[in-house]
Amino acid sequence: MTVETKDQVIVKKATRDAFGEAILQLARENKQIVALSANLAESTRLDGLIKELPDQYFEVGVAEQNMAGIAAGLALSGKIPFITSFAAFSPGRNWEQIRVAICYNNANVKIVSTHAGLSVGADGATHQALEDIAITRAIPDLVILSPADYYEAKKAVIAAAEYKGPVYIRLSRQPSPFITDESTRFEIGKCNILKEGKDLTIVAMGLMVNEAMLAADKLEKEGISAEVINCHTIKPLDKQTIISSVKKTGRAITAEEHQIIGGLGSAVSEILSENYPVPIKRIGIHDCFGESGSAGELLSKYGCNCDNIVEAAKTLISNTK
Amino acid sequence: MNPLELESLSKKIRIEVIKMLAKAGSGHTAGSLDVVDILVSLYFSVLKHDPKKPTWEDRDRFVLSAGHMVPALYAVLAEAGYFSTDRLETLRKLGSPLQGHPHYDLSIGIEASSGPLGQGISVAAGMALAGKIDKQPYHIYCLVSDGEHDEGQLWEAIMFCAKYKLNNLTLIIDRNNIQIDGLTEEIMPLEPLDEKYRAFNWYIEEVDGHNIDQLIKVFEKSKNQNKPTAIIANTIPGKGVSFFERDYHWHGKAPSQEEAALAIKELESA
Ligand SMILES: Cc1ncc(C[n+]2csc(CCOP(=O)(O)OP(=O)(O)O)c2C)c(N)n1
Ligand SMILES: [Mg+2]
Repeated sequence: MTVETKDQVIVKKATRDAFGEAILQLARENKQIVALSANLAESTRLDGLIKELPDQYFEVGVAEQNMAGIAAGLALSGKIPFITSFAAFSPGRNWEQIRVAICYNNANVKIVSTHAGLSVGADGATHQALEDIAITRAIPDLVILSPADYYEAKKAVIAAAEYKGPVYIRLSRQPSPFITDESTRFEIGKCNILKEGKDLTIVAMGLMVNEAMLAADKLEKEGISAEVINCHTIKPLDKQTIISSVKKTGRAITAEEHQIIGGLGSAVSEILSENYPVPIKRIGIHDCFGESGSAGELLSKYGCNCDNIVEAAKTLISNTK
Repeated sequence: MNPLELESLSKKIRIEVIKMLAKAGSGHTAGSLDVVDILVSLYFSVLKHDPKKPTWEDRDRFVLSAGHMVPALYAVLAEAGYFSTDRLETLRKLGSPLQGHPHYDLSIGIEASSGPLGQGISVAAGMALAGKIDKQPYHIYCLVSDGEHDEGQLWEAIMFCAKYKLNNLTLIIDRNNIQIDGLTEEIMPLEPLDEKYRAFNWYIEEVDGHNIDQLIKVFEKSKNQNKPTAIIANTIPGKGVSFFERDYHWHGKAPSQEEAALAIKELESA
């Protein structure tokens, strides 16, 4: 998708598209990889795989709980299953099956969920997963990835396939700009500093990484130097990178398309309050349900865009001078 | 209204639904069009309700478990007088009560939030149970889709309703044979569906889901059973518009303005 603005052409692609391409490539190379769908194959971008490798695809019907259990059984028998749905339903509906059948068995299952966050848009609150990180983060032995763009999503899917154990990957429906490129390093558990700064640290995930970069640009113009960290791995959290950045800047902002309760903001607050307490502001959804609207309208209304980050940064700085 | 008047009302509602979807630019066309005759039968003949008193305690309740078909319900509710038809064009827009999937709001006649499949039937069962506990006169109607039967929760509710002999609950199954990207019998075979319900100790009826006269008759019959009733309503996805009918690609797609104009023309000349 290309969006033309007044002075530039911005190329955008959704992270779910990256999944479709990566899973096909992986399944070609490794016959142990199988993909399961709960009647959302096209929306989660499995159509390419279904066409080319139908023997590595299984349709379970609208049955997310059953899908998680079947995947655990497949994994305990040597397969590498990828289970797919919308984040609202997986891990939303099948949380306990993920906890026990997948994680307590330490089964090598990859939970790939698209349509995370408010940017789902017009389908409304029921379909906007805003709590998925909160509920998965509390499960032991589960790795959680929230890639920021198309290229990173591709790498996340490949890394998840190589990693042995359960992984949850949070993806979006909404096309978003590229922040990384083919050569950007991606390592599970090691977040990337996209921009260095000295006045405050912005830790962002998913679509909010782009907003954080835009905010950092705006702040720069006002003489505020922000460090931007792309926190693509929510668990295990890269404590070292985050703490050492904050030691330098003394202030932190988190940004996520998720509830501020239990998500990235909570995770960062937890490690900072125990290791190096500093003033923090959390950007995200403030303890309410979403609603229907366009992605852009919703992100503005619910306080999830670059201006909210800029404002939070200024408040933080004026409060802590 | 007599069956003929109800049929022309159905046509009007279908046109309304197409306009709403085209204006919204997203939504579920196939199912929304195929449940219209069922909803018209319910709201204009069967249900005991008063659009001017949406919180009336003795009212019959309708729960749309297959929440994605809600454009049809909004159009029917507006036509029945719950709110002005002018508001229909706000479907799926920021700030509108007409959410992409139903949001509990009695002021517009929405009895329960739904959309994630399999949940509405449990909520309906709870309402029916409350009616039994409190010896209330009302009846509960719930519409589920065929694809929704893939969810385990639906079968949990089916067993529960039979156990507590919830004969104040009537379930309508929209048997349109499609679910998103394929036919139900390919994605997850359901047949023999009627035998399954019988084995689960339900009273079962099968009906042409586009025959309003027949629909009203089986709804009346369902009120006098000693068990819960399931009505398998055979429907044609995309009903009323030749290029929508039976094509599962219209499950989750809204018509463009041009397609909508064509569709409306076809409905008007039928
Ligand atoms: C728990 C849950 N999982 C997945 C979905 C996504 N979804 C929406 S409609 C649908 C198809 C279900 O089949 P049916 O309701 O028969 O569809 P239709 O007849 O309208 O094509 C699915 C899987 C959902 N709404 N809820
Ligand atoms: Mg169906």
